[in-house]
Amino acid sequence: MSTALLQVENLFCERDDRILFEDLCFSINAGEVIQVEGRNGSGKTTLLRILSGLSNHYEGEIFWKGQDISGVRDDFRRELLYFGHHPGVKAILTPEENLHWYAAMHPGIKGNEISEALDKVGLAGFEDSPCHTLSAGQNRRVSLARLHLTQAKLWILDEPFTAIDKKGVAEKEQMMIDHAKRGGTVILTTHHELAISDQIRRFNLDELAGT
Amino acid sequence: MEHKLTNEQSTTAEGSVLSLFWAVLKRDLMLAYRKKSDLFNPLIFFLMVATLFPLGVSPEPDFLAKVAPGVVWVAALLATLLSMDSLFRSDFEDGTLEQTLLSPQPLFIVVLAKVLAHWMMSGLPLTFLAPLLGVMLFLPAEGMSGLMLSLLIGTPTLSLIGAIGAALTVGLRKGGVLISLLVLPLYIPVLIFGTSAVQAAVTGLPLAGFFALLGAILALGLVMAPLAIAAALRISVSG
Repeated sequence: MSTALLQVENLFCERDDRILFEDLCFSINAGEVIQVEGRNGSGKTTLLRILSGLSNHYEGEIFWKGQDISGVRDDFRRELLYFGHHPGVKAILTPEENLHWYAAMHPGIKGNEISEALDKVGLAGFEDSPCHTLSAGQNRRVSLARLHLTQAKLWILDEPFTAIDKKGVAEKEQMMIDHAKRGGTVILTTHHELAISDQIRRFNLDELAGT
Repeated sequence: MEHKLTNEQSTTAEGSVLSLFWAVLKRDLMLAYRKKSDLFNPLIFFLMVATLFPLGVSPEPDFLAKVAPGVVWVAALLATLLSMDSLFRSDFEDGTLEQTLLSPQPLFIVVLAKVLAHWMMSGLPLTFLAPLLGVMLFLPAEGMSGLMLSLLIGTPTLSLIGAIGAALTVGLRKGGVLISLLVLPLYIPVLIFGTSAVQAAVTGLPLAGFFALLGAILALGLVMAPLAIAAALRISVSG
């Protein structure tokens, strides 16, 4: 393994005159599952938004496969799946329509796998009900169905288990482990106690920021 | 052989851009269709202005005929502006805008499709409703074609420019007022040439010059505005 998948050097970020982290350096290799920890407000979401390229409020350098990320944005986005605080599900569309739109935005996804993916996240039978009639957990499951569809290598998941039941959490944990075994990488934040904690690398922002 | 390969690649790339454009357009039209209040709001506003104006100013046919081009155009402009704030708002709130920005697809095409869908739901119905307002305001029959054509070419520009303002303010809690301030100065040329075209049609003067100017503004907007909208969206989401 010569170059790390994602490498971060001297990352600095402040919010409202409060330094969230400075001189943050780490590298992430293919096949790792990384859990970012930290108390509320320690900048976990901010870090994930910076890594995914949504936020530009940082100083420092980020390298994707050894190249400066700003130069290879398109390649990076092709390999990225981001799951944010807002699940990215339109309330007045059905789960199937939501995923069809996502498939249109990501050319690697095949439209005919969508009903299978919905089946796998336990939404069979709900394909045609608008998402605002579904529960909060089901809405997040619609978004998590993307994990079954995507070809992306890097998964960035911000609190993916909120409002998901225990069985669902266990399934998703297994998916992450399988993804890592196939050579993929997962970066996630969660306050859940993960059953797979021996197979993941932890990453505590409170300690790393050192302030 | 190599030539053939690149040709094939370029045709598939073209096909995927078209299918992306179509997918975004279809989704936005479906969203508008399922949420009809957003659809009728600008139209009702448009109709209200034309109804209330004679009551408030003067019901004299001669006077109304004189001001009709300006009133219809100003009403169309404000109705478009009214509908602008919602263009990216719901996408921003439920996170689909984040997903859009993170997709490898060209944002230019996505934004263009979204603005086209918005225009089909605001500018196009306004254009079809305009003759009714013209009749209500005693606009001479010769002016009708000029009114419709100028709105048909002018309202897409209004949507494109308004979308820049909407993209810049989508990250703010209350962006409504700010949009007006940002966008109104840019609307003024469209308004001037649009009303001039209608007045010229009423008096029987040649129209081609006005339409050429409106068309030129639209062409410039089609090429430049999506770039500005895309950049503005990235800034708004980054904040």
